[in-house]
Amino acid sequence: MGVMDGSDSDNRSPLNLGGYLAIQWTAVHWVERAMESFGVLLAARIDPYLEAELDRRFKLFRLWESPPAQRREFLRENAEAIRAVVGSPALGADAEMIDLLPRLEIVANFGVGLDKVDLRRCRDRGVRVVYTPDVVTDDTADLAIGLAIAAMRRICDSDRYLKDGSWKGKGDYKLTSKFSGKTVGILGLGRIGQAVAKRAEGFGCPICYCSRSEKRHTSYKYYPSVLELAANCQVLVVACPLTEETRHIINREVIDALGPKGVLVNVGRGPHVDECELVSALHDGRLGAAGLDVFEHEPHVPERLFGLDNVILVPHIGTDTLETSKAMADLILENLEAHVSNRPLPTPVF
Amino acid sequence: MLSKATRQLIERPGEVASGRLQCCLGVAIFRLLMRSGVGTGGRGDPVPPRPRSTRNPTRFPALSTTICALEKTGHSLSSDMFGLPRSHLMASGSESQGRRGTERPQVLLLRRPLSVLHEALSARFQLLRPWESPVPFDRFLAAHAAGVRALLVTGLTPVDGPLLDALPALRFIVTTSSGVNHIDLAECARRGIAVANAGTIFSLDVAEYAVGLLIDVLRRVSASDRYVRRGLWPRAGDYPLGSKLGSKRVGIVGLGSIGSEIAKRLEAFGCSISYFSRSRKPQVPYTYFPSVGDLAAESNVLVLSCALTKETYHIINRDVMSALGKDGIIINVGRGALVDEAELVKHLMQGEIGGAGLDVFEHEPAVPEELFCMDNVVLSAHFAVHTLEMSSELCQLMIANLNAFFSDRPLLTPVLVRT
Repeated sequence: MGVMDGSDSDNRSPLNLGGYLAIQWTAVHWVERAMESFGVLLAARIDPYLEAELDRRFKLFRLWESPPAQRREFLRENAEAIRAVVGSPALGADAEMIDLLPRLEIVANFGVGLDKVDLRRCRDRGVRVVYTPDVVTDDTADLAIGLAIAAMRRICDSDRYLKDGSWKGKGDYKLTSKFSGKTVGILGLGRIGQAVAKRAEGFGCPICYCSRSEKRHTSYKYYPSVLELAANCQVLVVACPLTEETRHIINREVIDALGPKGVLVNVGRGPHVDECELVSALHDGRLGAAGLDVFEHEPHVPERLFGLDNVILVPHIGTDTLETSKAMADLILENLEAHVSNRPLPTPVF
Repeated sequence: MLSKATRQLIERPGEVASGRLQCCLGVAIFRLLMRSGVGTGGRGDPVPPRPRSTRNPTRFPALSTTICALEKTGHSLSSDMFGLPRSHLMASGSESQGRRGTERPQVLLLRRPLSVLHEALSARFQLLRPWESPVPFDRFLAAHAAGVRALLVTGLTPVDGPLLDALPALRFIVTTSSGVNHIDLAECARRGIAVANAGTIFSLDVAEYAVGLLIDVLRRVSASDRYVRRGLWPRAGDYPLGSKLGSKRVGIVGLGSIGSEIAKRLEAFGCSISYFSRSRKPQVPYTYFPSVGDLAAESNVLVLSCALTKETYHIINRDVMSALGKDGIIINVGRGALVDEAELVKHLMQGEIGGAGLDVFEHEPAVPEELFCMDNVVLSAHFAVHTLEMSSELCQLMIANLNAFFSDRPLLTPVLVRT
């Protein structure tokens, strides 16, 4: 029987329709009132659109409005109101912050890297964690390929060469190295790693990878260690999560295995790479080139890299496009509204 | 009137003491001759160097201007890219100059090529290298090249009627470029001169470079790299947002070998591809537009990868730029003169175009300085083809074409065949 059956005529009467609408209105109104009083702590100035929408929909607290030395006090003063934290790659929710917020219910991470969120403390406290997978995949993979080409073809340095008049004065720029056809090794074959592989294949690049486990659904060559991966590829792309196991996973040994014609691209996290060793290797010529979007102590970048033409240095712009930033912000907002409305979370970590 | 010592220098350079002495004497004599106006059309001062050009092939300079440009260009070339001193080349090359040996065929070069190509050619052919000669170019040709049958052109050096007049025995020209707009093909055909080019060996290098330029412009790679190196990240905060590559509508002008490779790569990034070409290509899955204006109106990005001809000169004009719109991006890896450069500069300065990635320019190596301070513009010195890997492939192809000609076999990458 369907809704048009005469036996349902009572359900479609004006009184029942009115009751249905009243219940819907009440529910929506209740959710809106709940959201307005739902305290959200924004840990950093991530995105103007996100900030404006959080302010419009929730009761927003801006952590940076209090000086760093007084932040504990700021958190204590607002602890009763704050029920959510929105964190960024720069500043998330560490154990201290979580402990200072007794009414914390949910942490929303702007990004897929969860290294700034104390996941164990969240689990212990029963705090939900959400993040922004999938929407960040394309931009990060695009940038990885862009950094590889820029590093090998010296796009940034040739731009400088032309703009400072060297083309007229000194003649042609030197020969560079081709990206197409080079073997690309990917550390971490998750969403981003697979997207990097798909793009690199378009350039005729053979793909190999190292991951926590072998991915049976791919035909790419698997190496059980990053050292073997580095020894068997020419371009090594770091695209894995930062954990205790992967901190400084790119060390001197791996860099030397990659070699003087090798290229390192890091779109993961700065601490994946032993930065001191990397700087030395680039200066000594033990590593051919590097394309770096992340650094150990952002926003600080080793100044010894500034004079090198075989390295590309960009300020953690992996997902920094208008389109993706809005998509990430919308996903954060969707998750928070779902939580307040007691609906399933779209993108939970747990 | 050349002195006995100078005649010996040119005619029997092997008898002179050392390569360096030859160089010094040659330069001194050259300067003396230039000051006297010889080879300059009668003027006392040397003619300024002619930049590498993407000129319309219907405009050709007088021989003296071309010659002086080649002289100046030859002497102002960058030093050996592998760090080798030029003197060793002069010493070895000058031994063969003027000698009409029959062991190896003669090949005329107009300017100094890449070292790896130069060395490969020297091992197989008797090279005529006018830039190493102290005499003016026209006299060099008259003295040494009257019987030369093959010419290898590098660096897009123009080959026009007056130059061909000075080479009555010429029967074959091979250029290191894929484009041949710098060669007067009509004159070559009239004279029965075959022409070969670099075929499609550069396609992959240029295609990847075009993609690299596009990512750089959209994601502000070079601009944010400068931002970091100036120490601004800690002081001024995060860099402004760029624009996503995926879902961009890319219009390719010229779907030849390079255009096809660009299309294939950008598809993997989630771009949709359309194209304009001389004719529709039914075998490709991309949308065809019969005019560049229509293509621009339906695109966010225009990538130029077509040949420069009379028809494509300034094909990207004000109307096309307006159709592309203020968020549109232009990537040019074809020839500078495909674009009305003055209009492009104006559009960029006024924010009527979103950005540009340019490897080529109308009057290379001159580049409009208004572009230098724009973060949405990425520039490079016409080197999309200049990779280490490509240089060895290019050597092989050039030598193979020359060998084919001298053996009366079919050319590998012909543009024009003798009838």
